Amino acid sequence: MPGRQLIMSFPVTATSHSLDEYRARGGYGALEKALRTMTPAEVTKEVTASGLQGRGGAAFEVGRKWQVVVYDDGQPHYLIANADEGEPGTFKDRWILENNPHVLLESMLISSYALGVRNCFVYIRGEFDLPYRRLAGAVEEAYAAGYFGERILGTDFCCDIVVYRGAGAYVAGEASGLIASLEGKKGYPRNRPPRLTVKGLYQRPTVVNNVESLSNVAWIIAHGAAAFKEIGTPKSPGTRLFSVSGHVNRPGVYEVELGYPWMKFLEEDCGGVRDGRAIKCVVPGGVSSKVLTGAEIRDLPLSHEALWDAGSTLGSGGMIVIAEGTCMVTLSQILMRFYHHESCGQCTPCRHGMGWLHRIMDRIVAGQGRPEDIERLYYISKFNDGTTICGLGDAAGYAISGILDKFRGEFEYYIEHKRSRFQGNLECPRSS
Amino acid sequence: MRHLIPEFEKLRERFPAGFESSMVLPCVRRIQEDRGYVADEDISQLAAYLGVPQIQIEEVLSFYTMFRRRPVGRWQLQFCHNVSCSMNGAERVLEHVQKKLGIRPGETTPDGRFTLSTAECLGSCGTAPMMMVNEGYHEDLTIAKIDELLEGLK
Repeated sequence: MPGRQLIMSFPVTATSHSLDEYRARGGYGALEKALRTMTPAEVTKEVTASGLQGRGGAAFEVGRKWQVVVYDDGQPHYLIANADEGEPGTFKDRWILENNPHVLLESMLISSYALGVRNCFVYIRGEFDLPYRRLAGAVEEAYAAGYFGERILGTDFCCDIVVYRGAGAYVAGEASGLIASLEGKKGYPRNRPPRLTVKGLYQRPTVVNNVESLSNVAWIIAHGAAAFKEIGTPKSPGTRLFSVSGHVNRPGVYEVELGYPWMKFLEEDCGGVRDGRAIKCVVPGGVSSKVLTGAEIRDLPLSHEALWDAGSTLGSGGMIVIAEGTCMVTLSQILMRFYHHESCGQCTPCRHGMGWLHRIMDRIVAGQGRPEDIERLYYISKFNDGTTICGLGDAAGYAISGILDKFRGEFEYYIEHKRSRFQGNLECPRSS
Repeated sequence: MRHLIPEFEKLRERFPAGFESSMVLPCVRRIQEDRGYVADEDISQLAAYLGVPQIQIEEVLSFYTMFRRRPVGRWQLQFCHNVSCSMNGAERVLEHVQKKLGIRPGETTPDGRFTLSTAECLGSCGTAPMMMVNEGYHEDLTIAKIDELLEGLK
């Protein structure tokens, strides 16, 4: 097991997601502790002191986001758990929703108490079926047990929750797009300022946190910020849930203590690469993070700072392992098709840039690439960066320029010979 | 949609006051479940019921991939063809289904039994390749598994 575990710390069975079993594991003890022994300000202080970073992609500190909300400004405040998990390669929030939904609910109650929130929401991606049913079931259980509603645990704290289902839009995972969607509109992101913690849902102060980020709050309150900081590295406290896919022998969701050696994790926990092949490269944290080659990751620990130093990011924790023999040009075509499909069309550079990137990749793969196409891919990535409201267009640029930086030769070969150096191959045989 | 109004009233109770606009997505989803798609009359009736502009509902219908204005087959097969699924044979599996059903993504079989489509990442990367059949996820697909599954979908 790659270090200590806070969220996946129990064996999954057919009933381990139930309220009874969650309580048997000590669940809702942190809520009792917060409501009976701590003030809202103390809860916020503890979460801030823990140094918990967001687990959705940007790794922004949760406590710093919370501190913008003024507890007693006389307005309603809202809390939203972002469960619109859609970054390709990422399926870790799904694990929490299916297997430990009460840790999210307990953490949201504690967070709502801290932030002065009467109504909180989970925005869950529309296609999720079992995760939705598990979460909705947990909400019913929690209401029946008196954890939601009026005068929770006999205190003055009241809180209600709505599970809100999306309808299939990647861009609605961006916090302001999510808010527009939760207001029943198309999911267009909007410019900041004002920040969402100042004007969010229906123009009220709103905190949007990723499911996994929030799910750490119950543990932090139960054990204290100091105990949390003992886990992980000084700059990356705690653990992260990595969803590992691609050419590994044992794909799946793993909770890893930050700072854990990357290769050790892939070889020992994930069973190594299929067919005994070497690692060509790894997408570290969702396809919007820059790929790192097998040589680059060899001595890296899994921490935010190590990945930033290496020019990439742990992003959403969606790790895709790519074996030698895989065609990076064909893979890039899929990526650009994805960003083109998901561009919401609001900002000109992204609306046009994504289609342009996609068309260039299509023609290279069709054997009609032109020598200047490589520079053009770089150029589009560059003019998109920072010129749009949200990060979707930037992310497409990071993805394609990251691959070009490391595998430019494959693109040149494909354009010159009008065919892939690896026969367009994306698959790797399973080890027998 | 009028017969769904009692259900919508219950839904309204779960939202804070003043959140009528937020009910657009859940109401549209429920209408679609009920009718199979969203018809013009649903749009005007829902707009009147919620007190939101009709254009807001039309925008929602065109913006989100899960909403549709036309009926589809009884069984809607949606294949993920993003990176992790493609790295595990999604194209091969999809090719097999296309041959077997004689339709391409975006098409419906003449008997109205199947509609085939492709989808971007559905969060099943560790159990790839996968497809959705209506609401349900089917993962770790193989050609044998698909043959057996399609057989059972009448």
